[in-house]
Amino acid sequence: MSLRENPPREHAPEEDEYHTWTGKARGALLRRLPADKLLPEDQPSYVASWIYVFGMGAIVSLVFILASGVILGLNGPAWYHLSDLGHFVNSVHLWSVELFFMTMVVHLWGKYWMAAWRGGRTLTWITGMGAFLVSIVTAFTGYLLQTNFDSQWIAFEGKDALNSAGIGAWFNVANLGQIFMFHIILLPLAVGAVVALHVLLVRMHGVVPPLEAAESDAQLQTGVRPDSEEAGR
Amino acid sequence: MHDLVSIFASLDSPGIYLGWGAFQIQLGNLIVILVMILLFVLALFLPFPSGRKRK
Repeated sequence: MSLRENPPREHAPEEDEYHTWTGKARGALLRRLPADKLLPEDQPSYVASWIYVFGMGAIVSLVFILASGVILGLNGPAWYHLSDLGHFVNSVHLWSVELFFMTMVVHLWGKYWMAAWRGGRTLTWITGMGAFLVSIVTAFTGYLLQTNFDSQWIAFEGKDALNSAGIGAWFNVANLGQIFMFHIILLPLAVGAVVALHVLLVRMHGVVPPLEAAESDAQLQTGVRPDSEEAGR
Repeated sequence: MHDLVSIFASLDSPGIYLGWGAFQIQLGNLIVILVMILLFVLALFLPFPSGRKRK
């Protein structure tokens, strides 16, 4: 058995440097998302605008939603229905959701009007829409869990729509236990995964430039390798 | 127990609805939409504070 010394790499790894699937996967990941793109120290100057703040606002709101949700889940319905602290954490959960949707919608408007799917960012746009849709379903299950007349009303209005779509048998809004599991396990995992993929794609392709930015703008050339697809655009 | 029921009953009040012809909207939803539009317009026109000087 021999030990091979690997010299430290100063350049992006080439495809033929790896021979195993794990090595090839690592090479592909490093080429697409090198460390300086994953955790950048700087952003182009056009990012210094309030309209670029709302995506991060939505992520911060999501962190508050998840943290308060974990506390609610650990303590249970009797706690958050009957104790003062439980009411407070329950309200933090609700208002974080309100902020999440408000920041997400303003983020969506901003990105729509700057045509943010430009420059190979189609999948970033699609995952953003996916995050929005999954979040709506998650919020819907949350409103069903209020266990009051309001949630009962929502459930018995919603069941007709779900039954007409043919999914009422396995997504039964009148089944509190099933909706509880959807709300605290499956849907948060789905929202987290889609949002994580969305953020990784933003890191890979960079923050979309404004429409009026000229293609020759030096800011747009930063970090784009001459051999990449984007450089040819 | 009676207090508890009254708290939950107050949460189930239908809310204030505004209507113009066939269009109807709950006041809370209208406020949220107006706040989002306001945030969007402010984000476009308010100057962004300059950060630390970069190289």
